[in-house]
Amino acid sequence: MTEVYLNQFLILAAVLFSIGVYGVLARRNGVMVLMSIELILNSVNINLVAFSAFRGTLGGEVFALFVIAVAAAEVGVGLALVLLLYRNSKTIDFSEVDAMKG
Amino acid sequence: MLDLLAQAAQPEFARPRIDWFALSPELVLLSLGALLTLLDVVFAERAKAITSAIAGLGLVGVIIPLVAVWTRVNDGDVLYAFAEKKPGATDPVGLEHYVIDEYAIVMKILFVLVGYVVVLLSTNYVAEGDYWESEYYGLLISSILGMVVMASARDLIGIFVALELLSIPAYLLAAWRKRDKLSNEAGLKYYLMGVFASAVMLYGMSLLYGTTGSTLLVDISKAVGGRESSSIATLGIVFVAVGFAFKVSAVPFHNWAPDTYEGAPTPVTAFLAVASKTAGFVALLTLVYVGFWGRGDVYEPLMWFLAAASMTIGNLLALRQTNFVRMMAYSGVAQTGFIIAPLAVAGNGDIADAALSTTVNYLAIYAAMNLGAFGVLIALARKTRSAEISDMRGAFHYAPGLTAVMTVFLFSLAGIPPIGGWFAKFRVFSVLVQDDSVSGYLLAVVVAVNSVIALYYYASVARTMWADEAPDGDLTPVNVPPSLVAALGITVAITLVFGILPSVVGDFTDVSLLAGG
Repeated sequence: MTEVYLNQFLILAAVLFSIGVYGVLARRNGVMVLMSIELILNSVNINLVAFSAFRGTLGGEVFALFVIAVAAAEVGVGLALVLLLYRNSKTIDFSEVDAMKG
Repeated sequence: MLDLLAQAAQPEFARPRIDWFALSPELVLLSLGALLTLLDVVFAERAKAITSAIAGLGLVGVIIPLVAVWTRVNDGDVLYAFAEKKPGATDPVGLEHYVIDEYAIVMKILFVLVGYVVVLLSTNYVAEGDYWESEYYGLLISSILGMVVMASARDLIGIFVALELLSIPAYLLAAWRKRDKLSNEAGLKYYLMGVFASAVMLYGMSLLYGTTGSTLLVDISKAVGGRESSSIATLGIVFVAVGFAFKVSAVPFHNWAPDTYEGAPTPVTAFLAVASKTAGFVALLTLVYVGFWGRGDVYEPLMWFLAAASMTIGNLLALRQTNFVRMMAYSGVAQTGFIIAPLAVAGNGDIADAALSTTVNYLAIYAAMNLGAFGVLIALARKTRSAEISDMRGAFHYAPGLTAVMTVFLFSLAGIPPIGGWFAKFRVFSVLVQDDSVSGYLLAVVVAVNSVIALYYYASVARTMWADEAPDGDLTPVNVPPSLVAALGITVAITLVFGILPSVVGDFTDVSLLAGG
């Protein structure tokens, strides 16, 4: 049986987090940005559940459940906003959303 | 995994005792929000005439339980919403997850008052605008509920849920004029920045939980303040602080603010600029004073940098704005710097309490003068249909009252004695000097220099309104509805009282937070 270490989960989470941050900063497609945000939130969940399991306290798992529920609400609102943008501007490219400057 | 769950479940589960009295303000707000949403579902368009009245009266109604709770915690007592009976103990012990102390109740009263003024500002704007979306007041109330919860939350989960409860309705409110492209852009930018910030903040929270094994701020404080504190905890603190720096629009996380403020409907802009920002500060204060207490070496330099950068860059960018809302957005960034400044010296035990009440005091005055300035803009825009500073010229000739009131707010924002803003800035300055350290004195110099820069752009708006000629000689008076008059009356009274009689209201903002551990 292979030993499982906490570090393995933390590194996975850190990699997911970095990919997510890169996606939010570099991607201009609205849906891709939302997916990148989901990646960050899921890296948080991996962290929380891993810490929770290795420490033997339940707080992290409860926290992860809250994160999942709230993330669903957030993405719901986000998709609604992207849809709104598409209806009015016929684009979901965020780089074209720049009517206001200064 | 299963044995872990079994282990944790070992002690017999006992329902915590719930203090319904301490929770009554939240419950009333919750019912108010639910009622407004239900009215919309049942009566649809027919409820249009009464929703704003119900929202306003409801918010006034919330003041009653708030004051009742306030009288109980005024003399240093603390109410715990949840209490647990330990085996063997006779009395239940309060749980630190949701605490109602003096600080919490003062902030709750502030949030509800701000909410009431925003309802007053919205009443005619919403009813007379081209847009009628009945969700407006329901969303507003749920956002206020999130803020009220934030003031009491002393647990990472509670803070996170409160943050989302106040933010998600705010994203929708910013994009509320749904066929207007600017409003879409405002909502989208706010949403992206807000969600990204809360995701980063959550990552920090997960690291904090990992190093301390608890989501409770008092436990975190014991663990991160101790000698065994790790660099991971430091990273966690920085990430969480950065997450809230977005919320309060501190430089370098301020990019969303001007665009969101300009594109959103003006009452919503006032709400975001005041209530949402104050909620971010409440979370920052709770975290600094309870969660990260003892780690001044981490948060003090961070707050120092945020404060100095926000004041300087916010003011310099505000100088070249031609749109009043954008100018207020950058001025808000600068004000954020002033409000953060005391936190840069908060780790010094001797002045920690003074730093806290300075910040709370500034938040109360900031709320009054900023809401007031937006209120005057909303009133003037009923005639000019514009937020450009050039369209406000000559306002004195057709709206002398509004011009005078606006001057009070602008001079208060600039910090001219004897108006409220002056008193707030003076206290920030004096608390920085009291720290008696190089960093404290340096920041005090930055505060002083920035107060002078800020005076320039605030005064130039006032000059435009007083001295210039009205465009096209059009002197038809502005029709100011009663709700706007009430809103302006409340805000101007508070702004003046805080400046002229600070001792009368000083007691209200003189709060202390039980530093954990």
